[in-house]
Amino acid sequence: MHARTWTFLAVGLLGLTAAAKAKPIAFMGGDVLPISGRPISPGTVIVIGGTIATIGPAASTPVPADAERIDCSGKVIMPGLVDTHSHVGGGWGGDASGPMQPDVRILDSINVRDTGFRKARAGGLTTLNIMPGSGHLLSGQTIYAKLRKASTIDDFFIRDAAGKPVGGIKMANGTNSQKEPPFPGTRSKAAAIVRQKFLKARDYRRKVTEAKGDAAKLPDRDLEMEALLDVLDGRVIVHHHCHRADDILTVLRLRDEFGFKVVLHHVSEAWKVADQLAKAAAPCSVIVVDSPGGKIEAMDLSLATGGVLEKAGVPCAIHTDDPVTDSRLFLRTAGLAVRAGMSRDKALEALTLAGARMLDLDGRIGSLDVGKDADLIILSGDPLSVRTKVLQTWIEGEKVFDREDPDDRLFAVGGFGAGRDQKAHACCTDERFAETK
Amino acid sequence: MQLRHAVVVAAMMAAFFGMRQQASAAEAARPGLVAVYGDTVYTMTGPPIEKGVVLIEAGKITLAGSALDIPVPPEARVLRGKVVTPGLVDAHTTVGLTGYLNQDQDQDQLDKTEPIQPELRAIDSYNPRERLIEWVRGFGVTTIHTGHAPGALVSGQTMIAKTVGESVDDATINPQAMVAVTLGDDARPGDDKKSPGTRSKAVAMLRGELVKTQDYLRKLELADPEKRPDRDLRREVFADVLRGKLPLLVTVNRATDIDAALRIAAEFGIRIVLDSASEAYLVADRIKAAGVPVIVHPSMRRGGAGETENISFETAAILRAKGIPVALQSGFEGYVPKTRVALFEAAIAAANGLTTEEALATITCDAATILGVADRVGSLRPGLDGDVAIFDGDPFEYATHCTGVVIEGRVVSEEPR
Repeated sequence: MHARTWTFLAVGLLGLTAAAKAKPIAFMGGDVLPISGRPISPGTVIVIGGTIATIGPAASTPVPADAERIDCSGKVIMPGLVDTHSHVGGGWGGDASGPMQPDVRILDSINVRDTGFRKARAGGLTTLNIMPGSGHLLSGQTIYAKLRKASTIDDFFIRDAAGKPVGGIKMANGTNSQKEPPFPGTRSKAAAIVRQKFLKARDYRRKVTEAKGDAAKLPDRDLEMEALLDVLDGRVIVHHHCHRADDILTVLRLRDEFGFKVVLHHVSEAWKVADQLAKAAAPCSVIVVDSPGGKIEAMDLSLATGGVLEKAGVPCAIHTDDPVTDSRLFLRTAGLAVRAGMSRDKALEALTLAGARMLDLDGRIGSLDVGKDADLIILSGDPLSVRTKVLQTWIEGEKVFDREDPDDRLFAVGGFGAGRDQKAHACCTDERFAETK
Repeated sequence: MQLRHAVVVAAMMAAFFGMRQQASAAEAARPGLVAVYGDTVYTMTGPPIEKGVVLIEAGKITLAGSALDIPVPPEARVLRGKVVTPGLVDAHTTVGLTGYLNQDQDQDQLDKTEPIQPELRAIDSYNPRERLIEWVRGFGVTTIHTGHAPGALVSGQTMIAKTVGESVDDATINPQAMVAVTLGDDARPGDDKKSPGTRSKAVAMLRGELVKTQDYLRKLELADPEKRPDRDLRREVFADVLRGKLPLLVTVNRATDIDAALRIAAEFGIRIVLDSASEAYLVADRIKAAGVPVIVHPSMRRGGAGETENISFETAAILRAKGIPVALQSGFEGYVPKTRVALFEAAIAAANGLTTEEALATITCDAATILGVADRVGSLRPGLDGDVAIFDGDPFEYATHCTGVVIEGRVVSEEPR
């Protein structure tokens, strides 16, 4: 096909999409679980331009005449799931050169065609914190990704007011990051390395402050220090892998010394120090897996952690740590937390709003509220039932997964081809169309 | 004198506490009379019974049926639940050889010094006190087929055990169940340099061993005892495979490797059971024609890259619909979680194409049949072991608890899990 025809087609499709986005979409008649408030049954959610315009009881919520109507009766509508800890996309963070690499960005290595993203959408996930691993004290910068249909990582970005993609910093302590020098050999050495690095960042900040904008006095640019400044100034949250109770408390000790914001991840032994965590107001993102062990630090891992933290008053999210837990089974992890004592409401919040808060994104995502991004999922029934299916996943008013589409269904259940990385997604078309290019 | 006195006292105390321990163990093990009531009782021998009861005496089931028809003696210990099933049978795991710490000292599922070691017996490594055994038991699992793991061409033997017992002898119901074979990528070299580097090489090595064993068997029959071969542990195990006494448990994922396994089975006329088999749906007709059962991969096993990339939540349902005998398993896990739970794997199968009863069959009667122990476990009928799992709701729902586990008439777990 001639290039000119393609340009014409692309422009035409772009225009169509913009129009489609502006046209209201009414999700009608489902049991609506806003998470931020009481269930509305049956309820109507109206989306305009990618955000939630109206939400209310079906009987009293007028639907614009030109709205696309989606019948959700007998189904459940809830916010798209927020995963605070994912490794989908094959991204690599720091290499073997050193234990702390704050200049390294995961966004520079993510393959948006990775089938893991298709599976994540099939699991109802709409926002991921994609992180480098736990083999470093600090393995790099994470990225908060919206799972829009994407051809480059830019399509996943959530941007701040200055247009910069938002993300966090990944840190870890315990055994994963212990190895041959220059990595630490002990827990104390690990903490010492971290403290030294943050002290250096404080010095850097002092020089920047003292320069008062005078270019001649400013220190040379230092990508590592710049990243740590964002942490010291509270603009970027530390996402900290930790399992053992003492490692959890070590993170809080460092937090209090340097004043950074931190979310504790995995927290296998958090149930042992729940009161300290509550007192420290330390948000925890919990991993829920089918047995304890697999590594020494997880020997006392408990399915009851979520429930224990809830009772102690500790903010609690749940994450997949995909590939440790398959993103398609994210709802299941909340089900298991309920099995072991967490309340249903808090377990559902742990998959959505609690996670959004831990990413500082609760102003945009995590609940169904007017003005928030229209990220929502349609379920066949009770979100915490094994037999419930994610039927559709929507991000900012666009459908990104539909179980009735055989191509999407393949990734929802698996089968031949479900493990193969996918062809490019061309804007405004489907994959099959892109392949013919 | 004083010292000797102290020694005597210590010995007496030891004897006293030892006796007490023995006494309490004997008491707990004393086969009493147990009645388990369920709003729904899945006997797996027919349709579920509403308001049913299972009576166990001397460790064996004596009656299972409607509570209206079965008089329960007043001296019976009574347990109740919404749903009662046979004690669950995990058709393939490695717990007991793999420990939960995942450290060198508790990992005995795989020796990579040699690619072919059928002489390695599972019973010589099995640790009945392993915490993972107690863990799966809490979720209703009473029988496990465990042993050497996938990861070597022939990694060793498997065994079948109850999830109780102080020693391997107490626990074991079949000390030598199958011989674990792996075809495909996982059979490639690790620390050793002797493992096969390609699929064809793996099959050639396996055929070579079986041919050698045919020769061994022939020489055993020689008239002149002097010419008969010396005892050879490796040959003896393969001989039992050729005689049809021991099946090969062939762990495969790609359709190519499934075909290769079926080809070997046909060539030597041996029994095999396919394990994992994540692409089995591509060659289901050939599996069916060969009459080979499949112990399907854990439903939730990770796909991702590699040989399991085409794995499906629906494998068990597709194969069962073809009429292939299928069981489910918890499988081998190398990291976190260190074991899966058969109940949970069947739950996902129940949500992906199997009915509740069909999914239950994959971890009860059908698993027992494939493992050759259906005359002892896997269903609730008179004469079978008194192994029962009790639930406070649909056993497959996430938030349901397993509230009781009975093994051979002993209540081994009552903590809701």
